[in-house]
Amino acid sequence: MTKIQEDQFLDCRGLNCPLPILKTSKVISDMRKGEIVKMVSTDQGSISDVDAFTRRTGHKLLDSEAGDGEYIFYIRKV
Amino acid sequence: MMKTKKRSSEPKRLALVASRGTLDWAYSPFILASTAAAMEMEVAMFFTFYGLTLLKKKIEAKVAPHANPAMPMRIPFGPQGLQNIQWPVPNLLSTNLPGFETVATSLMKQAFRKNGVATVEELRDICLESGVRLIGCTMTMDVFGINKDDFIEGVELGGAATFLEYAADADIQLFI
Repeated sequence: MTKIQEDQFLDCRGLNCPLPILKTSKVISDMRKGEIVKMVSTDQGSISDVDAFTRRTGHKLLDSEAGDGEYIFYIRKV
Repeated sequence: MMKTKKRSSEPKRLALVASRGTLDWAYSPFILASTAAAMEMEVAMFFTFYGLTLLKKKIEAKVAPHANPAMPMRIPFGPQGLQNIQWPVPNLLSTNLPGFETVATSLMKQAFRKNGVATVEELRDICLESGVRLIGCTMTMDVFGINKDDFIEGVELGGAATFLEYAADADIQLFI
C-alpha cells in the first residue's frame, strides 16, 4: 500500500471495547476536516467496529492492516 | 409500535432503560450509550428500580454470583495455568460464604482492568461529556428513599411519560 501520512496518532493497544471507538471518536471530534488519524488497536473487535463506526458517522476509512495481533486503521475526518 | 416518519437528516436516536444494579448489568447500558453517542446518535437513558443506583456519586455495584449460576470464575493473576482454569462456583458456596460477593467483584474488576476495559464510572463520565441524557425515575426514588443529592451532577428527573415521549421517536429502544 502507499504510505498514508497521518496528522494524528492514537494508540489504543491494550484497550478493549468500547474504548478504541470512544477514543477514536474523541480524537476525530478535535481534528479539522480532511485530517487523518492513524489508530492502532489490539482489540479484534476493532475490525468490525471501526467499519461500523465510519459507515455510521460518514468518516472515511482509507486503509487498514492487521498483523502480529495489531490492527491499524487510517481514518479521514469528513 | 407506531412511529412517526423521521427525516433522514436527523440523527438516529437510542432510548435505553437501565433497570439492574449489579456490576455485570451496569456495563451494558453505559457501553451501548457511550458508543451510540460516539457514533453521533442521540441517547437518553432511563434509570429505574435497581438501575437507579448507577446514578449515585459512588457506584457500589457488585457481581451477584449466586444469581448467575453459569458464571465462570477465573483468577486474573498468577501463573498462566492457574489463570486459565474456570473455577466452578457452587450456589451453596456463593450464597453462604461471607464476603463472597466482594471477592467475586474484586476478581471481576481486576479481570476487566487487565483486559483494558473501562470502569463503569469512566463510561458514565464519557456519556455525560457526550451529551447523553441521564433520567432518574422519580417513582423509584420515592419508593427507595433516594434523593437527587445522592446522584452525580447532570441527572434529570422524570417519570414513565418523560421516557416514553423520547422513546416514541427513537430508532432503537432497549430494556436492560
